[in-house]
Amino acid sequence: MSAPLLVRSLRDPGSVATLDAQGWNALIAAARAERLIGTLAFRIGKRTVPGAVRPILDDARLDADREARQALWEADRAAEALAGLDMPVVLLKGTAYAAAGLRAGQGRFIGDLDILVPREAMDPVEQALLHAGWEWVKDDPYDDAYYRQWMHELPPMIHAGRDRMIDVHHTVLPLTARQTPDAAAMIADAVPITNELCMLSPEDRICHAAAHLLADGDLAGGLRNLWDIYCLLDGVDAAALDERAARHGLRPHVRQAKRLAAALYGKGARLTAWDRIVAARLLARDGWGRERRKLLRFAFYLRSHWLRMPPAMLARHLFTKWRKGHRPV
Amino acid sequence: MKHALSLKIGPATFRIGSAWRQPVEALAALYADYPAPSVEVADFTVRLEPAGPLRRWLRPSIFITGDHGLADAAPMSLSHGLLAAEMGMNLQMALGWRRHLLLHASSVEKDGRALVMTGESGSGKSTLAAQLGERGWRLMGDEFALLDLATGMVFPFPRLVSLKNRAIDVLAAEVREDRMGPLLAGTAKGDIRHLVPNGDAIRRMDKGAMPALLLFPRFGHQTDVRAVGQGEVFMRLTQASTNYVALGEPGFDALTHFVRNVPARAIDFSSGEEAIALVERLWEEPA
Repeated sequence: MSAPLLVRSLRDPGSVATLDAQGWNALIAAARAERLIGTLAFRIGKRTVPGAVRPILDDARLDADREARQALWEADRAAEALAGLDMPVVLLKGTAYAAAGLRAGQGRFIGDLDILVPREAMDPVEQALLHAGWEWVKDDPYDDAYYRQWMHELPPMIHAGRDRMIDVHHTVLPLTARQTPDAAAMIADAVPITNELCMLSPEDRICHAAAHLLADGDLAGGLRNLWDIYCLLDGVDAAALDERAARHGLRPHVRQAKRLAAALYGKGARLTAWDRIVAARLLARDGWGRERRKLLRFAFYLRSHWLRMPPAMLARHLFTKWRKGHRPV
Repeated sequence: MKHALSLKIGPATFRIGSAWRQPVEALAALYADYPAPSVEVADFTVRLEPAGPLRRWLRPSIFITGDHGLADAAPMSLSHGLLAAEMGMNLQMALGWRRHLLLHASSVEKDGRALVMTGESGSGKSTLAAQLGERGWRLMGDEFALLDLATGMVFPFPRLVSLKNRAIDVLAAEVREDRMGPLLAGTAKGDIRHLVPNGDAIRRMDKGAMPALLLFPRFGHQTDVRAVGQGEVFMRLTQASTNYVALGEPGFDALTHFVRNVPARAIDFSSGEEAIALVERLWEEPA
């Protein structure tokens, strides 16, 4: 496994001094696969590395700079498109970190633009985005209806001219999840970045990231999300965070995220048996950048659906998708 | 992975891992004369994986991936493993290379100056470059020309030349048999045979050259030569580049400099000999 090597190198970038060529190959492959190569390059900084490694890290930083520039431009375009609606546009995840210059944004890969808007504004937001050149990606009526009825976001849209995706959220977990975070409170307490854009409060940023990592999804790419959490935790008051997490029904998730972040990226933590299973899933990546531990990954894939919906609904959903030819592995 | 090999082609190093022995053996044989990578840290990892749980043994088929991959890439038969490995390396370059502006073009060099030829697949640019490479020119590459962002020089990427269909016999008639790879029949692009570039091309694969002429070849038409305006050249080269957008302003500057300084012609031809004569004539003409 080389994911542990990646984690160690992010935690203690000085440790890369001991790597041989094989070690570097494994580290670079894992970092690319986990989309942490830019973050790694940032962490290693100007430390001495083998001559063949330096340009690889420089390229990764160049890519990260471009990602950030593109992400900020997308945020600017979305703000422009939604300016007439007189409501806050809350940036989520990578774009927010980059816009606010947070440590979690340094070298971070940024994919889609994620924004949070009040649920009652979803219709006008959708219309405004369509008007400004975004269009639907999913052409399957079942998927579209599923998103609208059960998800925490609109079906993804892509901008026809710029080829960039936008995810419009009205809350941070699917409506079918056990937990129901208070999205209205998140929006009410959002903090400004610029005149047009804001982001979640420091505590809510962590609640959102922990919910995304541990109460939703199958933990694919989870090392990056956990790195976000590790960075976001810096300087946040533990009591205020715990209280806020409780309000969203996410206290166990936030606490687990803190333990995992400390264990993998920080000064260590006592892990529960369940924590260790999650950590094993997060670290399932080998020196060629391949995913390993197939059964464990499949178990987490099943769990992601279990978390998302009650059993009868899950059965119906899986049957519908299976008939359409979707296979999980 | 079970079978692995490292290769250096021009400025890029690759670590290729395969679930099967055959693709790695085929690569090792054809790249035998290339210098071994001096450092073992690779710029890119390429993986040839079974396309499904049983596909290692049962009707073996290859999923090509690596540091950079396409989720919807079509699986390939193990009998085309050599082609899969080559495509894997091309994929890494196309999606991941940032140290030059990458032009989907063939290039050859003479007297320290480079001729760059770009066009769609089937335009004849590969075949023409391979033929010129046997006629006193140095083959720099049949797939990618690497434009240096600072100096404006073109650098070689002399991987194996991928000869398709009718081009196979043309080149097989000109070179020693041991420079030709196995016939890969019935690929998505028809029959393919790889050609090992000659010793000069391999020995000087780190040597760049200033571009002196850009051609847009088109095989299968009446002989013709047309001037191409700078605006059109610029647009066509942005389309021929896989990393133009990723490079941002330095990419724009390098391409603008290239377009302003390198004369461009579109050439049509109906045979290889005609094309070669045309190229030699245009090369001697003052720009």
